[in-house]
Amino acid sequence: MSSHLPIVPIVLPMIAAPLCSLLRRPALIWPLTTGVGWLVFAACAALLMQVVESGPIVYTMANWDAPIGIEYRIDLLNAYILVLVSGIAAVVLLYAPQSAASELPQDRHHLFCAAFLLCLTGLLGITITGDAFNVYVFLEISSLASYALISVSRDPRALKAAYKYLIMGTIGATFILIAVGLMYMMTGTLNMADLAQRVKMVEDTRTILMAFAFLSIGIMLKIALFPMHAWLPNAYSYAPSLVTAFIAATSTKVSLYVFLRFVFTIFGAEYAFDTLGFNDVLLPLALLGIVVASAVAIYQTDLKRLLAYSSVAQIGYIVLGISMGTVTGLTAGLAHMFNHALMKGALFLAVGCIVLRLHSSRLEDMAGLGKRMPITSFAFVLGGLGLIGVPLTAGFISKWYLLLGTLELGWWPVTVLLLISSLLAVAYVWRFVEVAYFQPPPAEASSDEAPLSMQIPLWMLLATTLYFGLQTDVTAGLAQRAALWLLGGGQ
Amino acid sequence: MSDALGLYNYWIAIFLMMVGFYNVIASGNLVKKLIGLSIFQTSVFLLYITMGKVKDGTAPILGDGYDTFSNPLPHVLILTAIVVGIATTAVGLALVIRIQEHFGTIEEDELIAQEDSP
Repeated sequence: MSSHLPIVPIVLPMIAAPLCSLLRRPALIWPLTTGVGWLVFAACAALLMQVVESGPIVYTMANWDAPIGIEYRIDLLNAYILVLVSGIAAVVLLYAPQSAASELPQDRHHLFCAAFLLCLTGLLGITITGDAFNVYVFLEISSLASYALISVSRDPRALKAAYKYLIMGTIGATFILIAVGLMYMMTGTLNMADLAQRVKMVEDTRTILMAFAFLSIGIMLKIALFPMHAWLPNAYSYAPSLVTAFIAATSTKVSLYVFLRFVFTIFGAEYAFDTLGFNDVLLPLALLGIVVASAVAIYQTDLKRLLAYSSVAQIGYIVLGISMGTVTGLTAGLAHMFNHALMKGALFLAVGCIVLRLHSSRLEDMAGLGKRMPITSFAFVLGGLGLIGVPLTAGFISKWYLLLGTLELGWWPVTVLLLISSLLAVAYVWRFVEVAYFQPPPAEASSDEAPLSMQIPLWMLLATTLYFGLQTDVTAGLAQRAALWLLGGGQ
Repeated sequence: MSDALGLYNYWIAIFLMMVGFYNVIASGNLVKKLIGLSIFQTSVFLLYITMGKVKDGTAPILGDGYDTFSNPLPHVLILTAIVVGIATTAVGLALVIRIQEHFGTIEEDELIAQEDSP
């Protein structure tokens, strides 16, 4: 059984998805989906343990060996992402039934669960696979499912957001497809380990250069790196709250993983950064993203939208870490990927609780929320502190590493910019604090906390962020090992 | 020069790619955008198929009289990509139908105008 463990996270949700659409009864499908989510999480955690103990796991599909068949290859980096994605999915699923009952049309729950599971399959598949074309296929599975998840919202504007995401997402994915094709053309292989060896032999050709260009643009669209983030704010603000929480926490992170995988292990840091000077492209985009998106976030009137812009900024931090090309920088990027997923997941879950009671995510409706929903408001503020990077939260650890990275390189202006951007984060989190704690609640408002079934998942995620804020050796330690491994070319 | 002309398959693929891409960006009609997207994707399929073609090659058949084969792998890959393309178009059209139901138009400028004047 244990030898087939790597296939479990893919097959289980993939089989459960059509089952959900057949069963149709909410009383059956929610326990099924949640159960699958937790089983997948357990499988991923077991895989991570195994990788930490005894090194990479290679699983060949149907016993066809690597160059011909598709292989799943799990190493430290993707085991880490697998646990992150499946963990967030499991927690969000605990939260989902209550939130879905109020935000989704009653007759669509089974389809919603099916799409959710397919999205999970796709995200885990992208992460686990060792085959370049397989990445494209899973990417499209997860993307198509997420377009459906976004559009199921009661807000009709979600339809337009999903359409926009579909157009941009498909362009991005097709670019990746072109890049994979060009690489195949030059090397005759789709297996990532093979590609890594053979691309080096032909890296001076223009075809490989074009492959790199298509790949990086395609993935940047998926990551929503500024200025290619246009699809993100609308998609996040109009989607149902639990979808936003799930997608915001996982989807961009998985795309970032694809980016790391291709750039560092296939093309190699030396080719990307030294030969092409790719970091000179990433650095300004990351910095612009951080400053512009943080500034735009301050002026939002809708809490979900505010968080969406903050996501664009936080992606900037991650990319900034990557663009440094040093161990410290990459550690910061990886740690922030993990921490941001947890924090943003928690924050969007808190927004979901608020939307459940207020039926609105507009800031002006949240006057006096600190009195009406004290626990949820407190949770939001804690998450917000993490975004700012206050000590004792997980956000502090990754920002600390980012600062160390810039100091190591002597990038003083960037250091200053990072500190300023933290102040911008204070400003946008303060928007909520001001409305919730310093404005009196409307007279007719009653105090009404969200149900426990939603509070518990929210606090689970928050507790993890606080835990990782104190236990730095877990995230930062793992991230550092993965960073060293990546810079070594993933061998 | 003859090299560049000899690669006419690639020229066609790139031409179609640009036609499709331009259409996605420039067209204001949501359905036309999807048509552009489809053309864009199809051009990539052509690129893959061209890649696998060997001059005078046939399908990979084991038997007398067949000794030059085209590489079947890119062709099979594209089979998968075609399915993905169809799924994308289907989801896109479904969204357009719902947009038409809710907003009464599928012209981008009218949709934006509606948003500005609620």
